[in-house]
Amino acid sequence: MINSQNIIARSATTTPPPQARSHVEEVAKLIDVSKCIGCKACQVACMEWNDLRDEVGECHGTYDNPTDLTAESWTVMRFSEHETADGNLEWLIRKDGCMHCAEPGCLAACPAPGAIVQYANGIVDFDSNHCIGCGYCITGCPFDIPRISPKDSKSYKCTLCSDRVNAGMEPACVKTCPTNCIEFGTKADMLDRAAKRVGDLKALGFRDAGIYDPAGVGGTHVMYVLHHANDPNRYSGLPKDPRISPLVGAWKGVTKPIMAAIIGITAFAGVIHYVTKGPKEEPEEGPDDDPTTLGYDATRRRDDADDRPHGGDR
Amino acid sequence: MKRSQDRLVRYSPLDRANHWTMVIAFVLLALSGLAFFHPAFFFLSHSLGGPVWARILHPFLGLVLVLLFVAMAVRHVSRNLLGENDVQWMRQIGDVLDNRDDKLPPIGKYNPGQKLVFWALVVSIAALLVSGVIMWRPWFAGYFPIPLIRLASLVHALAAFVAIVTIVVHVYAALWVKGSIRSMTQGWVTRAWARHHHGLWAREQEEKQRREQQP
Repeated sequence: MINSQNIIARSATTTPPPQARSHVEEVAKLIDVSKCIGCKACQVACMEWNDLRDEVGECHGTYDNPTDLTAESWTVMRFSEHETADGNLEWLIRKDGCMHCAEPGCLAACPAPGAIVQYANGIVDFDSNHCIGCGYCITGCPFDIPRISPKDSKSYKCTLCSDRVNAGMEPACVKTCPTNCIEFGTKADMLDRAAKRVGDLKALGFRDAGIYDPAGVGGTHVMYVLHHANDPNRYSGLPKDPRISPLVGAWKGVTKPIMAAIIGITAFAGVIHYVTKGPKEEPEEGPDDDPTTLGYDATRRRDDADDRPHGGDR
Repeated sequence: MKRSQDRLVRYSPLDRANHWTMVIAFVLLALSGLAFFHPAFFFLSHSLGGPVWARILHPFLGLVLVLLFVAMAVRHVSRNLLGENDVQWMRQIGDVLDNRDDKLPPIGKYNPGQKLVFWALVVSIAALLVSGVIMWRPWFAGYFPIPLIRLASLVHALAAFVAIVTIVVHVYAALWVKGSIRSMTQGWVTRAWARHHHGLWAREQEEKQRREQQP
C-alpha cells in the first residue's frame, strides 16, 4: 500500500478513514476522444508498465483487440462506426478503462475490508492481497470495468498507475500517447484544458462538444472530451448518466444496518419473552390419568374456557 | 425416563440425521453469509477457513442445504398445509404467547407457527438458490447480465434475512416448548406432551398404536 495515510476511503469499513491528508490535490486523466487515432500505444504501455501479458485473442473483423477488458487488459480501445443524420460516417474511438469515480460503486459493494481503497488524490485502487474474488465490485460498478481473473480469482482494473503517480510520474498511457490525446494533471487543470478544447471543438462546428465528468458518481478522475457530449452512448455504450444502481444502494446501504438490527432484536425478544412468560410445558400427568383417553375436548372454544391467571396453571 | 408405552415417536432417525446436518450447514452458511453482508460480521468468514475459503465454500454448502431441505420438505409438506383448528389457533395467538394452552383448540402434528416456519423457509431457500446461482463466481455469474446480478444480490440478502430471522424464531420456540428438543435429538415425546401441544396428532398416533397392538 502506498502511503496509508492517503487512503480516504476503504471498502467494508464503518469507521472514518485517515483525514490527515485532506488537502492533497485531486488528479485526473483527460482523454480527448476527438484527438485519438486508435493506435493502441496506450494499451501497449499499460501492458509494459504493469507487466501484463494477456492471451493472444482472435480477430473479429474489427479493430477491437482485445474485444473487451480482461483481468490482464486494463484498458482497451473501443471503435464504433456511427452514421450521422446527414449520412456521414463518424469513426469514434474511445479508450475504455476504470473511470476512478469520486463515489466508486465497486468500493461501496466490496465486502472485504481494505480490498478496495481510494486515495486522497482520487485514485481508486484494488489491493489484491485482500480481494476474495466474490465479484461484488463488478456488481457495484456503473461502467462494467472490473474483471475477475480465471487464474487466481482476483479482481483487476486500471490503477491509474498509482505507483507511478505516487513517484511523481504520469500514468504509462499518458506518457506514451503520440497525439497528446491523453493528458494528466490536477483535476482542476484538466477541467481547464478540457473547457478550452471544448471551445475549440465548438468553433470547428461540433455544437454538442462537452466534458464527460458525470455527476452521478460524484465526478470521475478519468474524464473525456467528447464531440457529442449530448449522446455519450454513441461511443461504444458510454453511459449517459452513470450512477450506482439503486439496487446496489439498497443492498449495500440501508438494508445492512436495519436487517442486522432486526436479527439481533428478534433474538433479544426471545430472551425477554422467556424470562417474562416462562417455558411452555405440558401439565404433569396424575397417577389416575387414563392414558387411553385424550385430555381435551375438541369442541371447546375460548369463550367457555375458564380464565386462569397467566403462566403457572399446575 | 419414561416407560416406552408412554412414548410416541415424533421423528425417525433419518429425520433427525437430516435435521442436524441441516443445522450444521445452515449455521455455517449464515455465519459466512453474514460476513459478506456486513463489515461488522466479516470476522465470521473464519468459520469457513478465512475470507477466500468462505467465498469458495459458501455456495457449495448452500447446495448441500438445498438438497437436504428439499428431501425434508417433500416428505413433510402434507403435514404443513393449513388444517383443522389452525385458523382458530392463530386467532388466539395471544393465548399461545401467554402459555394459556388449555384455551387453545387441539391441532395436528404442526401448529400454524411451525407451518409458517416451514413455508418461510421453502420460499426463502428457493429464492436463495436461484439468486445464489446467479451471483456465483467464478462459475455462473459471467453468464448473466450485470443488472440481473444486482437484483439477485439484493434478493439473496433479503431472503437470507428472512431465513435467519425464521431460524432465530424456530430455535427460540424449541427452547421455549419443553420436550421439543428431545423429540429432535432422540425422536420421542411423551403422550402427555403430545396431547398438550398437538392433540389431534396425539389422537391419531394413539389410535395407530392401538391398531398395531391388536393381534
